Amino acid sequence: MSAGSTAVVPELARPPRLVDRLVARPEIGSLLGAVLVFVFFTLITDQFLTVKGVSNWLDDASTLGIMAVTVAMLMIGGEFDLSTGVNTASTGLVTGILATQAHWNVWLALLVSLVFALLVGLVNGLLVVRTGLPSFIITLGMFLALQGLNLGVTRAVTGNVQISGVGAAHGYESAGYFLASTFRIGGTPFPVSILWWIGATALLSGVLLKTRFGNWVFAAGGAPLQARAVGVPVRSTKVALFMLTGLGAWLVGNINVLRYTTVQANQGIGLELQYIVAAVIGGCLMTGGFGSVVGAAIGALLFGMVRQGIVFADWNSDWFMLFLGVLLLVAVLANDVFRRRAERMRR
Amino acid sequence: MSEHQTLVEARGVGKMYGSVKALDDVSVTVNAGEVTCVLGDNGAGKSTLIKILAGVHQHDFGHLLIGGEEVRLSSPRDALDRGIATVYQDLAVVPLMSVWRNFFLGSEPRKSIGPLKIIDSRGARDTARKALAELGINLRNVEQPVGTLSGGERQCVAIARAVHFGAKVLILDEPTAALGVKQAGIVLRQVAAARDRGLGVVLITHNPHHAYPVGDRFLLLKRGAALGNYEKADISLEELTRQMAGGAELEALEHELRGVEG
Ligand SMILES: Nc1ncnc2c1ncn2[C@@H]1O[C@H](COP(=O)(O)OP(=O)(O)OP(=O)(O)O)[C@@H](O)[C@H]1O
Ligand SMILES: [Mg+2]
Repeated sequence: MSAGSTAVVPELARPPRLVDRLVARPEIGSLLGAVLVFVFFTLITDQFLTVKGVSNWLDDASTLGIMAVTVAMLMIGGEFDLSTGVNTASTGLVTGILATQAHWNVWLALLVSLVFALLVGLVNGLLVVRTGLPSFIITLGMFLALQGLNLGVTRAVTGNVQISGVGAAHGYESAGYFLASTFRIGGTPFPVSILWWIGATALLSGVLLKTRFGNWVFAAGGAPLQARAVGVPVRSTKVALFMLTGLGAWLVGNINVLRYTTVQANQGIGLELQYIVAAVIGGCLMTGGFGSVVGAAIGALLFGMVRQGIVFADWNSDWFMLFLGVLLLVAVLANDVFRRRAERMRR
Repeated sequence: MSEHQTLVEARGVGKMYGSVKALDDVSVTVNAGEVTCVLGDNGAGKSTLIKILAGVHQHDFGHLLIGGEEVRLSSPRDALDRGIATVYQDLAVVPLMSVWRNFFLGSEPRKSIGPLKIIDSRGARDTARKALAELGINLRNVEQPVGTLSGGERQCVAIARAVHFGAKVLILDEPTAALGVKQAGIVLRQVAAARDRGLGVVLITHNPHHAYPVGDRFLLLKRGAALGNYEKADISLEELTRQMAGGAELEALEHELRGVEG
């Protein structure tokens, strides 16, 4: 027997099956869900599909969506960040305290807030890759630490637990124009955060699917040892992703502080889970290596549509959580089926 | 086959893990266009030997020569840069990523759009498809996740990648260990194809039936030491199998078993 001439005919030329092609489209489930929800609330409420209504749910989805797309990138890279929600308060507080208490120009305060946000991400990332501990527990520590810092520092500086009066600070007008203004469609104001959301989604989706870094994100999350074996810098990729969620928290925290000109020190707690839920609905696996930025944005859109739809339908908002829970379970189960399919070991 | 150029040579290499001598005075030669098989039982030191060749570990004794020059490899990257690529059984591919993304992982081809550099995905797909086809693997859809391929096909993608990126020496750590007969056949065909392209291949295996058809020389290891080093002409499959199974020990065992039956 000579292996060189063994007539083994591999069944490699089989046509791609539908399921195999769907595996490559992780956002398909969230898209279906969004269409269903859209049709449902359009039919049962009068306001849902009005310009005012659309503005409402897009607004609701936008800041959630900005964070969800950065969280999705991190989850595809195989890690979690529980400090994101609280960090949206921290970044706003840094800006708010510097602008109102130290009387800094808002732009300068934004810059320091940015450095702070990236540092939080850097610390999270370095701790995770250096210790090899689960990011769940490391960022839980960061979540608690930031929560304490938010309250402690705010109380020490102002004597109470909120910062207000950002609107009177130097540079508020110009900074607010970029982060917290509105644009009009048919006379109805739409917050500019919607544009940031769409921009962030387009940019990160491009990075994920079209760049070398994006390829490394998939590999770092899907199989870090394999990735390292072919020369992918897994650790720095992960650290960069933690800094990306920090960047997202900076954007969202400062959109909020400039829009409302006030920040509560206990703001943002619990939002980190909503970001993760949106990413999972959008097709991200809890185990990393698979998911979609566009899907996460659609997940956030679903969130916004349901939350505002329930208001328009005049239901009790308690039902929102029930709906969310069911949606999450369905999404996780569907994702798991896809994962098994893609990962199954045929011999 | 003496005209085949020697690519890598280990002379009397040894390796200590703490106070444990995992490898002792082992010599092996890898020639261009030949397959060197490393055989041995569990814990014989096969992986330790190839990890020295692959730059994962460094030898504590003996000499390692690459292209006739004595070297000490500092990292897997160092080995790769010298043309030594390694495909590990479990570490070959990322299952959830598509075939073409796996193929180019770590060496993605890029094109510029203005100041932006993005992956040339169309080119990458075409190249991956062609490179695989050259080794006789015809995939219609290089977009499918590697995890949907069979075990043998996955190994083939990793081998095709190493060949495409210009490896001169290809090290395969038990590529057929978890595979059925048919799948193992697919992988062994790739080994032969790589050899025919002039690569030096190191094939690690438990199974003399996989080693013998493709192998040109055979190194048998036992508890870290070389039990034998044969050219194909000097040993038959039966003798190789006998040696693998422990030779004299097996005969004694057979004798005992006959005694039980008898
Ligand atoms: N990192 C390590 N630290 C300590 N001892 C090790 C290490 N790696 C291997 N060994 C020991 O060295 C010896 C040789 O191991 P090695 O992995 O090279 O064997 P192998 O021939 O590849 O076996 P297998 O067929 O099971 O893969 C074994 O006794 C093993 O326990
Ligand atoms: Mg081994």
